[in-house]
Amino acid sequence: MSTVAVPAVPLEVLAEAPAGKVSLLRRLLRNPIGVTCLGYLVLLALVAVFGRLMAPQDPDRADPGNFLASPSAEHLMGTDSTGRDVLSRLLAATQISVAAALLATVIAVVLGVVTGLIAGYFGGWFDSISSWIAGLLMAMPGFVVLLAARAVIGPTVWMAMVVFGVLMAPGFFRLVYAAVTAVRNELYVDAARVAGLSDARIIGRHIMSVVRAPIIIQAAMAAGIAVAIQAGLDFLGLGDLGVASWGAMLNDGFAKIYNQPILMLWPSLAIALTCIALTLLANALRDELERAGAAPKRKKKAGAARDDGDVIIQAADVIVHGADAHSQALTGEVLLDVHHLRVGYDQPDGSVTEVVHGIDLRVHRGSIHGLIGESGSGKTQTAFAIMGLLPAGGRVLEGASIMFAGQELAGGSEALYRGILGKRIAYIPQEPMSNLDPSFTVGSQLTEPMRLALGLKRAQAKQRALDLLDRVGIPDPARTFAAYPHEISGGMAQRVLIAGAVSLDPQLLIADEPTTALDVTVQAEVLELIRDLQTELNLGVLLVTHNFGVVADLCDQVSVMQRGLIVEAGPVRAIFHDAQHPYTQSLLDAILDDAAPRGPLGADREEVAP
Amino acid sequence: MSNSLIDIKEVDVTYPAQGFGKKPFKALTSVSLDIRPGETVGLVGESGSGKTTLGRAVLGLAPVTAGVIDYGGRDIAHLGRRERRALASDIQVVFQDPYSSLNPSLTIEQILAEPLTARGVAGKTARTRVRDLLGQVALPADAAGRLPREFSGGQRQRIAIARALALDPKLIVCDEPVSALDLSTQAKVLDLFIDIQRRTGVAYLFISHDLAVVRHVSHRVAVMYHGEIVEAGDGDQVTAHPQHPYTQRLFMAAPVPDPDRQAKRRVERQRLLAAQAAAGQA
Repeated sequence: MSTVAVPAVPLEVLAEAPAGKVSLLRRLLRNPIGVTCLGYLVLLALVAVFGRLMAPQDPDRADPGNFLASPSAEHLMGTDSTGRDVLSRLLAATQISVAAALLATVIAVVLGVVTGLIAGYFGGWFDSISSWIAGLLMAMPGFVVLLAARAVIGPTVWMAMVVFGVLMAPGFFRLVYAAVTAVRNELYVDAARVAGLSDARIIGRHIMSVVRAPIIIQAAMAAGIAVAIQAGLDFLGLGDLGVASWGAMLNDGFAKIYNQPILMLWPSLAIALTCIALTLLANALRDELERAGAAPKRKKKAGAARDDGDVIIQAADVIVHGADAHSQALTGEVLLDVHHLRVGYDQPDGSVTEVVHGIDLRVHRGSIHGLIGESGSGKTQTAFAIMGLLPAGGRVLEGASIMFAGQELAGGSEALYRGILGKRIAYIPQEPMSNLDPSFTVGSQLTEPMRLALGLKRAQAKQRALDLLDRVGIPDPARTFAAYPHEISGGMAQRVLIAGAVSLDPQLLIADEPTTALDVTVQAEVLELIRDLQTELNLGVLLVTHNFGVVADLCDQVSVMQRGLIVEAGPVRAIFHDAQHPYTQSLLDAILDDAAPRGPLGADREEVAP
Repeated sequence: MSNSLIDIKEVDVTYPAQGFGKKPFKALTSVSLDIRPGETVGLVGESGSGKTTLGRAVLGLAPVTAGVIDYGGRDIAHLGRRERRALASDIQVVFQDPYSSLNPSLTIEQILAEPLTARGVAGKTARTRVRDLLGQVALPADAAGRLPREFSGGQRQRIAIARALALDPKLIVCDEPVSALDLSTQAKVLDLFIDIQRRTGVAYLFISHDLAVVRHVSHRVAVMYHGEIVEAGDGDQVTAHPQHPYTQRLFMAAPVPDPDRQAKRRVERQRLLAAQAAAGQA
């Protein structure tokens, strides 16, 4: 037994981890629970290694004259049924118990991780067979297998732990397998393959870094379970009772529970504390990892640096073009009048980060107003603010006014918006698929709002839904009505959402990049559909987009947004032909549609000889 | 053609069936295309047309089930993993998504040095080369020590381009490299691609769904539809006078950034669709 080197489990595993992630260990040390557990486990490791040397007396020396003694100065924890010193035995037993748990954990980790990596990364027949075996092992009742193994191989701690390690391996296999298959198709793994890295190198560098942390967590948990199982086997008297272990001590104490109940306390305490420490350590690790995973996301949102060369502008710079012949022909009344809209996000430190800095916007009945800008310009924030749908923490700041058909929406209650959204203001999203619930049919998602809002009967609602589906150009309305979202294409899904949007006779339609996710031929059809419906129903439309082609196709009025401000606004032709603001001009210059094609090789505009 | 860099001849790609009772999926059918040294061949098509699959076939990431991809006189469509790795210095890639194509936990220097160290370039030489690469894609030298998340989409795409350039390849497969970028960033990155080509003579297989982008960078253009190339030719010819009905529909569908011209195009498109429908009926 002295051949097994015995540092406590998580320490050893952690020692490998810091390679690129020193900060995780450091963060763990700042976590009060983490540092307490780690401290206990370090202590345990020391006891495991030096326990026999630390023992005040020979742990195996029986003193028949002094059995079941209560704690005293000579025997701090008393003596057991054959008069052995309990403290010395506990110190010596730590080595066996910890080594046994470590053995099971190491076997489970090595077996599970290696097979999981191979099966997940290479797939194929090894994948099928190993997944099958893992499933089989998981289905087996672990304790029964251990009992059976004991009957076959006899009372040896080590073999039992080897068997238990194998039984725990599928947990690691599944964990690693899931992580690897998720990462395997990441583009950076493909890029590494194209860059000429060997498979071993890709696994070591790109894949291990993803699975490392979950393995450590799972290993800490598994070690805790192994401690308990090992103790359980010995307690039942199935282990080698000649060898000092926590379980064997428990067994001895239980036999004498009426004579000296305190004998049960010491091994129970050791087992319980160790299991708790390992589990809490795993939890603390997970907490710290989750915190680490969440941080960059926030950073990305708030701090994404813009590319070089943008022109910085002030609120005073708004350039407004006067009406032209085309825009004068549109005489619909003002449907939506947004004045000095500011959108801010509350920060944890009490400050407010402003993302829209006071914009004015008007949408007339029967006309389409385009809101164009690059990512991060605040155009989507503006649309969500109008609909009162800002994400958590976001709100419309003081002093803003959002007048919709004579009604003030700024700061409006949920009840106010419930009466308006869907019914009078409809919305078409960018991602049609994620806006349909996959577990309901298209038909039920279309008819439910109609029955609720318009009070239609089921049959009436169905008829109206079929009419609408027909109207938005779906070839076989009845079939689409009965279909689930995954059974229809993205273009069809967007048509369904448009049908839903106009189903309650809204006055205003807010479309957020409605064709960005669609192919260009489908986009042309959907644009056509939006234009037709807009004319037919005399809708006001606020169209959020980054595509000048879409603007040219649909819009009557355009507002150009940059960094939370509208920098230029006016009739569509004025914006395209007479842009004044340097930012608008730079955007128009970046359009490639009118640039000359490059031409064949050699006849290139300024090709150099190879 | 004898002077081509890479010659794709009648290539089929079939993905094996996912589970019992399902049919294998044929993504490419008898696709032929050649690319000459220093040339950009644009590959246009809609989602599911097979354009990305063709790029992956050239990179050895898709299962070529028939046909030949001739590079330097030998077929590279059916190489073993080891032989394929040796091709890394000749054929490289820039992917669409600048966020998932860089490992988030590695620094820029580690990312850029990876292909170099894999080929046994020593640490110091590799570091010098990384500085040089960052200069080529107009990123500051102090970018080396930072993580991908500290960069914007356009900057990340520059990093991906630098990684592709690390081994001085002859061909770079560019799979929608500017689709995720803002308009103004997109123009700058495209100029960088053209600039690098003029300096190094690298050839591009430039995959995009955006006709304007493809026309801007490509010497020749091929149009894909349902796993086949339906039309190919010089860029100005294909984009100005498309012959295949699908290509005509595709080009008509893209809106022009001018309200009055777009209004005209809309009418033309309707006329074209009607004419094609009538021809289909006849």
